[in-house]
Amino acid sequence: MNDYINLHDVNLFYGTNQALKDVKLQAAKHEITAFIGPSGCGKSTLLRCLNRMNDLIPNVKITGEISVAGESLYGANTDVESLRKNIGMVFQAPNPFMMSIYDNIAFGPRRFGVKSKAILDEIVEKSLRAAVLWDEVKDQLKKSGLSLSGGQQQRLCIARALSVEPDVLLMDEATASLDPISTMKIEELVQQLKKDYTIVMVTHNMQQAARVSDKTCFFLNGEVIESAPTKTLFNNPEDKRTEDYITGRFG
Amino acid sequence: MQNLKDFKASKLAKIFNQFFMVSMWVLGIITVFFVLLLLFLILKDGLPYVTWDFVIGLPSEIDAGGGIGPMLLNSFYVTILSLLVSIPISLGAGIYLAEYAPDNKLTSTIRVCVEGLSSVPSIVFGLIGIALFVEYFQIGLTIIGASLSLAMLNLPLLTRVSEESIRAVPHSYREGSYALGATKLQTIFKVVIPVAMRGLITGLSLVAGRAFGESAVIILAGGVNASAEMWDFSLFSPGGTLAVHLWYVQSEAIVPDAKEIAHKSAAVLLFVVLAINLLFRIPLWWMERKMK
Amino acid sequence: MQQTNSTASKMSGRHWRLMFSDQVFKWFCLFSAIVLCVVLFSIVFFMGKTGVLTFEFVKVTEYFFSLNWNPGFDETATYGAGIFFIGTILLTLLTLIISVPISVGIAVFLAEIAPTRLKETVRPILDLLVGIPSVIYGFLGLTILVPFVAKVFGTQLGDGLLAAALVLSLMVLPTIGRISDDSIEAVPQKYREAAYAMGCTKLQTIFFVVLPAARRGIVSAIILGMTRALGETMAVVMVIGNVPQLAESLVQPTSVLTSNIVMQIMAVPFESTWNYALFFMGFSLLVVALLLIVFVRIINNRSEVQ
Repeated sequence: MNDYINLHDVNLFYGTNQALKDVKLQAAKHEITAFIGPSGCGKSTLLRCLNRMNDLIPNVKITGEISVAGESLYGANTDVESLRKNIGMVFQAPNPFMMSIYDNIAFGPRRFGVKSKAILDEIVEKSLRAAVLWDEVKDQLKKSGLSLSGGQQQRLCIARALSVEPDVLLMDEATASLDPISTMKIEELVQQLKKDYTIVMVTHNMQQAARVSDKTCFFLNGEVIESAPTKTLFNNPEDKRTEDYITGRFG
Repeated sequence: MQNLKDFKASKLAKIFNQFFMVSMWVLGIITVFFVLLLLFLILKDGLPYVTWDFVIGLPSEIDAGGGIGPMLLNSFYVTILSLLVSIPISLGAGIYLAEYAPDNKLTSTIRVCVEGLSSVPSIVFGLIGIALFVEYFQIGLTIIGASLSLAMLNLPLLTRVSEESIRAVPHSYREGSYALGATKLQTIFKVVIPVAMRGLITGLSLVAGRAFGESAVIILAGGVNASAEMWDFSLFSPGGTLAVHLWYVQSEAIVPDAKEIAHKSAAVLLFVVLAINLLFRIPLWWMERKMK
Repeated sequence: MQQTNSTASKMSGRHWRLMFSDQVFKWFCLFSAIVLCVVLFSIVFFMGKTGVLTFEFVKVTEYFFSLNWNPGFDETATYGAGIFFIGTILLTLLTLIISVPISVGIAVFLAEIAPTRLKETVRPILDLLVGIPSVIYGFLGLTILVPFVAKVFGTQLGDGLLAAALVLSLMVLPTIGRISDDSIEAVPQKYREAAYAMGCTKLQTIFFVVLPAARRGIVSAIILGMTRALGETMAVVMVIGNVPQLAESLVQPTSVLTSNIVMQIMAVPFESTWNYALFFMGFSLLVVALLLIVFVRIINNRSEVQ
């Protein structure tokens, strides 16, 4: 299952501007894959291809082949909503809805037709536990999601993404706006989550990639320069540009 | 427990979504089409038949063929007079709120007043006009009464657009001026107002267009009649404007060609209001092109 | 030495002049701002003072609850203004029922669905609608809508609440539509992304995330539209029929506060109960409009706190 997520010759254009060039990548099931590279290198753009969030931007053209668990994401009959349900996403800045903690988590299941209060209660507890937030908020589920601290908000967003039981979790610089302690908590959480989910994360922080991920891909100007098990990539990079980047010569 | 893993987005949700998108598009297109159709209808039924004689001619109570000259003149006259009165006050108040106002009780009271004044129904300004000019000063229904009542109506909107356009001027401009040793007054007049001019003029065109078409205030404070002769600039002539005349011929007049007069008056009124909205901006476009 | 001195004194003279004009200007600005307050307070005070004189001759309960509007200058005159209050309430409600779904729909279309080019065309068109004089709306209503309503309902006249509500709906469309549009546009993109990323359709995202987040703005838009509908005079006068009777159907001529004031005030002497009664109608409109504005302010302040 080394090619659970498989990308082949992916090109992406914003209008006439090419943002991704012939990207080839594989990611294994129940592993953490990290995308690193200087800003504007296309790593977030690629991540957003994996749950078709780029569809929301006008004038985007994507060619090539992307599949998850053998199913093509950009097929003619792809059910985009179901696909996004199965491939959850956590964003750079915490974005809990302006509603209670409970409703934030119950939001997704409700949209997919879960009405029973008992089942919703169960999902809320399970998701919050999975995001290691349950003990902190179990007595204040009716409080606004925005009343939590930044780190708690981000874990709430992770819990919300987990509430619809995705197979894959995409994390787009999910710790970029958090303090070091919250960041550490989220990193620990991600390590635990990999038992049940396949995780792809974009990070601005090379140490984070080195600490957390199993596999790392280095992006530069829309191309994947090198993609290898994390230890290998950081200790014995093959490409000169990778070495320059991880040793801090640019970026 | 149900396993959400196997859940798919429901067909129904997708159908609803499709239906919603289509109906929104239909709604949007119908609305735009409808609005343009209405504007077109008004202009089409009137404008082609408008002659110079009609535009400057005297109205007639009994015979066909009356014009709208004195009313049209009154519309411009009253609008300009009301602006002359309201611009200095509104600009002053706008400058105060944008440049001076400290964050205190007085300032928030002033803000509440501006908002409150903008919510006052126009007919109330008309009633005040009657009370003040007809009853208290005993001058009857006149141009000056109509203009001053209208000026009160202009105040809040004009103040708000002044404040907003002045506030929109980036702070760095002011700092640049202060750094050169300019006083606040010099900074406001030499730097801030020129930069804010675009917003001020756009706001002014809004207010002028509204004043030109206002009818409720004018009926009460200026009456339904205009002077019996053309080019009468007396402040104490009757203050009926074109907007009022449109209502009058449509509902009260007994001239045989009331219908045609109404159509033509509506077309002229709409044309001038649209023109005010566009013409005010031409010097702006011109200025901007020159700057580029 | 002499020369330096005179330069200094010149400088200080100039300085004084500048300081002085600076202060004068500041006071002028403050004075202007206060003029606005004075105008508002005088209006409220004067309308109230004149209007309240009604109750020296008419019982308060009769004025508000009686439907007998039979003004005049002899003993038999009655001043039951209930018809007009009910008329205004019904007209405003009917207008909102028609206009809110359409206006908010247009706002959703503009903010969420329409492509950029179309947005940039439609928004100025809606803004243009705000600037069109109310007599023009009234004229359109009278020449196009009223005959149409009469035909559809098979009545002789088409004047009445329905015609007035339709005209008002068109008038408040840009007000409610554009302010709602702005507040929907102001909802941060991140909320939409969160919903889409969970597999929501656009409809679900709009209804369960975007509209709830923009609700304060939409509510203030609706209230502002409501104040416009409440106080609108000439457009209503031209299509409502102006008969002081309670409307038994939507297509029966009737009257509302504003239309009744305009139609009757020209005919009455200032110092008469009739006139005072009309002033009190104006005062009532004024008070309701002010209360609504205060309400909007509270809503907006609260959203700022959030």
